[in-house]
Amino acid sequence: MLLFVEQCLNGLQLGIFLFLVAAGLTLIFGIMGVINLAHGSLFMIGAYVAATVTNLTGSFLVGLLAALPAAALAGVIIEFVVIRRLYDRDHLDQVLATFGLILFINEAVTMVWGRTPLFLDVPDALKGTIEIIPGIPYPIYRIAIIAAGILVAVLMWLVITRTRIGMLIRAGSTNREMVAALGVDISLLYTLLFAAGAVFAGFAGAMAGPLVSVQVGMGEQILILTFVVIVIGGIGSIRGALVGSILVGVVDTLGRAFLPDILKLFMAPADADGIGGGLSSMLVYLLMAVVLIVRPTGLFPAAAGAR
Amino acid sequence: MPRSFERPFLIAGLILLIAFPYIAEAAGNAYFTSTVARILIFAIAAISLDLILGYGGMVSFGHAAYLGVGAYVVAILSFHLYDGSALFGLPGTEYAPVVWPLGVAVSAVAALLLGALCLRTSGIYFIMITLAFAQMLFFLFVSLQRYGGDDGLFMFAGRSEMPFIDLENDTVFYYVCLAFLVGFFLLCRAIVASRFGRVLQGIRQNERRMAALGYPVYRYKLAAFVIAGAGAGLAGVLLANHTKFVSPDMLHWTKSGDILIMVILGGIGTLTGPILGSAAFLLLEEYLPVIFGDLSMDLLKDHWRVVFGPMLILIVLFARRGLYGVLFRKENGDG
Repeated sequence: MLLFVEQCLNGLQLGIFLFLVAAGLTLIFGIMGVINLAHGSLFMIGAYVAATVTNLTGSFLVGLLAALPAAALAGVIIEFVVIRRLYDRDHLDQVLATFGLILFINEAVTMVWGRTPLFLDVPDALKGTIEIIPGIPYPIYRIAIIAAGILVAVLMWLVITRTRIGMLIRAGSTNREMVAALGVDISLLYTLLFAAGAVFAGFAGAMAGPLVSVQVGMGEQILILTFVVIVIGGIGSIRGALVGSILVGVVDTLGRAFLPDILKLFMAPADADGIGGGLSSMLVYLLMAVVLIVRPTGLFPAAAGAR
Repeated sequence: MPRSFERPFLIAGLILLIAFPYIAEAAGNAYFTSTVARILIFAIAAISLDLILGYGGMVSFGHAAYLGVGAYVVAILSFHLYDGSALFGLPGTEYAPVVWPLGVAVSAVAALLLGALCLRTSGIYFIMITLAFAQMLFFLFVSLQRYGGDDGLFMFAGRSEMPFIDLENDTVFYYVCLAFLVGFFLLCRAIVASRFGRVLQGIRQNERRMAALGYPVYRYKLAAFVIAGAGAGLAGVLLANHTKFVSPDMLHWTKSGDILIMVILGGIGTLTGPILGSAAFLLLEEYLPVIFGDLSMDLLKDHWRVVFGPMLILIVLFARRGLYGVLFRKENGDG
């Protein structure tokens, strides 16, 4: 039971990371109609900058604060130099051009930071464990991630539903030509939105730094999981991204933790470990397959833009 | 060159390819033959992708998965032969007339199962889903500890055995690859020109119209997807035999990206293009570092992708028709 709750929290925390990346990606697609494979690279850039600055200054907070503008800057540059030219192109061009971006960014990061992974300590203030549920100690840092993620999600919800910018974003995802026709500076809105998506991804990357090794390729790992999230949740839908992220995070974590043990109940331990390991890493994709069979447009299909 | 020169160009290319092992040997570098064999193999994969991409309008970002499945069938059966253990109660084998069709068939079945799911969607979803399912197969092979897991699997028993033909001889193997490429090219050309191919192209242009005309669009697309999967499986079978080694890396999503790039680089929606693209891509991959080395740009030698990435972006942005478009300009009224 103790382990189960702990793993659920771990799953929630993975879900938060996925949400931070997926939210930007899904909004960018919903409004601009661009699929950006290099979105995961922004996650990686956030992680690298946070790790480097933290190791230089000794303060995780400074590292985190440095990662956000760095990711935003990278996002704006990417938008300005490449993505801007892709709005009117078909998806194939977008996929290929942003694939080229990935090759470039990964190699550039290797040139700057080398091939050895960076490691980052959990900040002192957030070390140790806390019992938020009595009897179940849980690392404070992971709690902090979950809290920060929920905070960002609430903020995002407030901005999108309560502000003028949010209204434009919603209008843009329904009918961007109309919004442009009404005199909104759509290209500024695009750049802003892209920067915002980059900041979320960079934030997730910076927070992930102390939990995983910071290395080239970390962005694509999360990117592909993010695709699963978006397919499950429905393209262009923030709510879908949230539900999909938590679902994928929890299913993936619980599967890895418990599937081999469950299989051991009715097969030889060696087989159970092998098959369980394989099956648990395939679990989220099978989940996606099931969602596709039941609802081909995802759980929360957005009204437009998804087609 | 006008388009009517395509056939003479292809015939000249074929003659050059047939003579190539002798040219390479005369030039004192038999190693080139192996490089070109690799180009031929990837050309098969690229043609198979272009069949669904260029003619069917399906942007599959998971094509390397089917290539990997075909390769693993060969390697796993070879492993059991070497190991002396049984697989599903049957002995392993390296008898090519059994293994190769089996590899192609398993790839086709994988394409049938995943394609049936992926084709429930279209557009952007389709790209993401093909990518995700390919990644699923990647993780499946990573988790197969018995077959090397992450590290991959060497085929200690060597290449498959073919009656009357010594595949271990690199030159002979080269000709086998060439024969398969020519065969597959002709097959695809027949498919594209057939009623089936016409319907497929109609679906790419306007899916609703074809559906309204009464064509079972989904089934046509799925059939094309399975043929493409089988083609990639064939390339995988040959690739496993070529390197005598398979690893999950062959299914990695960047490899799917590579095959896509070959198609675009060569010219989408043509069958000659993917062959040119495969050659251009693999030669760039092999010689870009060498060129930078010769120019004593050591930093770029190790990090040639930093140049290759932007090159790719520029090609996508400004040279849509690829090498084929450069070689064969379209004539007026040529669609």
